[in-house]
Amino acid sequence: MKLNRFGSAAIIAVAGTMLLSSCAANEDAPAASTSGAALSGTLVGAGSSAVGAAQTTWISAFQTANDGVTITYDPSGSGAGRTAFLAGGVDFAGSDRAFNDEEIATGGAVGCAPDSGIVQLPLYISPIAIIFNLDGIDSLNMSPATVAGIFAGTITTWNDPAIAAENEGVTLPSTTISPVHRSDDSGTTENFTDYLYAAAPDVWTTEADGVWPTAITGEAAQGTSGMVDAVTNAPGTIGYADASRAGALGTVSVEVNGEYVPYSAEAAAAIVDESPFIDGRPDFDLSIALDRTPDAAGTYPVVLVAYLIGCETYADSAKAELVKSYFTYMASPDGQAAAAADAGSAPISSTLFDRVTTAIAVIS
Amino acid sequence: MTTAPPAPRAKMRPADRVFSGSTMGAGILILVALAAVALFLIIQSIPALTADPSTLEGAPASFWAYVAPLAFGTVWAAAIALLIAFPVSIGIALFISHYAPRRIAQGLGYVIDLLAAVPSVVFGLWGIKVLAPALTPLYEWLTGNLGWLPFFAGDASATGRTVLTVAVVLAVMIIPIITALTREIFLQTPTLHQEAAVALGATRLEMIQMAVLPFGRAGIISASMLGLGRALGETMVVAMVLSPAIVINFVLTGSSNPSTIAGNIALKFPDSYGVGVNTLIATGLILFVITLVINSVARYIINRRKAFSGAN
Repeated sequence: MKLNRFGSAAIIAVAGTMLLSSCAANEDAPAASTSGAALSGTLVGAGSSAVGAAQTTWISAFQTANDGVTITYDPSGSGAGRTAFLAGGVDFAGSDRAFNDEEIATGGAVGCAPDSGIVQLPLYISPIAIIFNLDGIDSLNMSPATVAGIFAGTITTWNDPAIAAENEGVTLPSTTISPVHRSDDSGTTENFTDYLYAAAPDVWTTEADGVWPTAITGEAAQGTSGMVDAVTNAPGTIGYADASRAGALGTVSVEVNGEYVPYSAEAAAAIVDESPFIDGRPDFDLSIALDRTPDAAGTYPVVLVAYLIGCETYADSAKAELVKSYFTYMASPDGQAAAAADAGSAPISSTLFDRVTTAIAVIS
Repeated sequence: MTTAPPAPRAKMRPADRVFSGSTMGAGILILVALAAVALFLIIQSIPALTADPSTLEGAPASFWAYVAPLAFGTVWAAAIALLIAFPVSIGIALFISHYAPRRIAQGLGYVIDLLAAVPSVVFGLWGIKVLAPALTPLYEWLTGNLGWLPFFAGDASATGRTVLTVAVVLAVMIIPIITALTREIFLQTPTLHQEAAVALGATRLEMIQMAVLPFGRAGIISASMLGLGRALGETMVVAMVLSPAIVINFVLTGSSNPSTIAGNIALKFPDSYGVGVNTLIATGLILFVITLVINSVARYIINRRKAFSGAN
């Protein structure tokens, strides 16, 4: 009996140790340099999970530089972020797409002053890598039509003539291609399908959406981690993920105007400069109509652009001050470099920086 | 059983009154909570039910066309999980109650209970990191050699994230629930019944068939229903492991698997807005109804079988 009790206690102790022996790692915050008077107050943001990692970096740096400021960002999803911003639940939102004309027409956000416009800044640019898992092949060249054909299921083996023609000298296996898509609603899917629809409309006939079109079947995985995991574990698969997570997987160089461009931060930032701003918006609304079929060399059109969204005029002027300095920090070369280091984003170009700075100046 | 002789009228002391009041309060509270949940689901569902179907995700013919594959997937995955878990659980429970030496039985009991305490996200990670890659060769063999069966038709999934993988993970999750409950029930089989069976010359297997299983039948069914309930509502594992599609098929090894209601809500809710949120809540209402129906059927079966269980 005694032995029994001891035995059960021992089992519980061993099991307890196993359960509890996880460890927490603290991240080190890079120092941020912000000048000006001491700020204080609380800012609440919500939205895109794509900018979640960058927000963590920005927030910790900004709070380190400004002791009295507390910023929280809830990566609850772009749709939730935009809804919360309109309803006045959050002071700023992060979103994988800007508010469209219809949404702007329905009226301003509750947290903004009446008649205030909405400031939309493309502060997070991230290349989306098309990743694949084939033994011994690190890179493949593909035209938009080939990529669309693979994901639409019309190109089914790796040694298909369409792929072989674009990759002379590469020995392609006869393995079946298993395209993997995201099973959740995501900005990465929205931008990727937007690219396919714009660059290869003959092959890819469904409009861009955050949810993968139900008519097109294939493997599916949850989240960027799930996607990378699925492709890493299964030879013959191809998927798309935030470029910072591509790791050692093979990546596709996409054809742009006759040239094959591998993903890179510079090429991703370049496409944003090549793209026009959406017409008819005020100067502080920098919504971009991404050009997925650019003419310029060295541009990589498979990118995700996330916007930081705030009010032109806040109902509360103290909030405006905080948002203004936080947005200034995020747009600054320091902030962009910190996000590039931690989240793998592409720093905005100096041209865009000038436009963003002008836009931030109107926040009051 | 000895019960107190019927007293003329017990004097209610304050402590009695407070206690009986608070138990009744607890009883009412759960009913109110249930009613509140049902009310919330119904009210929030109305916009989705009345909306133009073309505004729903994937533009289905109607809301019912949208929810049907999900409802099918929910029941399908849970049923396979139960099919796998049920015999294993009964086996473990009988081993613990009637075969294992007492010391091993106790240790095993602790371990099983511990398994019930593992969070589902951990099972999900195990599913994608270990089980899915490990089962891929098996799926390839099954589709290659048994492809004529509708269950293994078509190409095998390259990642192994099929409904069968999910069902295996779900089975591992519900085994501790079914085992723990049935073990307790088997242990309560009246010793007299068992001794009588043995005295008539029954072997241990016959004794279990004649005394233990009939006595525990109602309990076995309720334990299975509890397990099935967990499998039906399990969210994290399905969201993490399954490679979902909006389809109805019986293929166990392919890459297009029917998704479940709970898993679909977990995947789509974070980025939903407007009528999309209402649609997801409406599917939640359907899940609510499905579990209610399954539980009612189980309750009906238990009540019908009670008379023959030998427990009374």
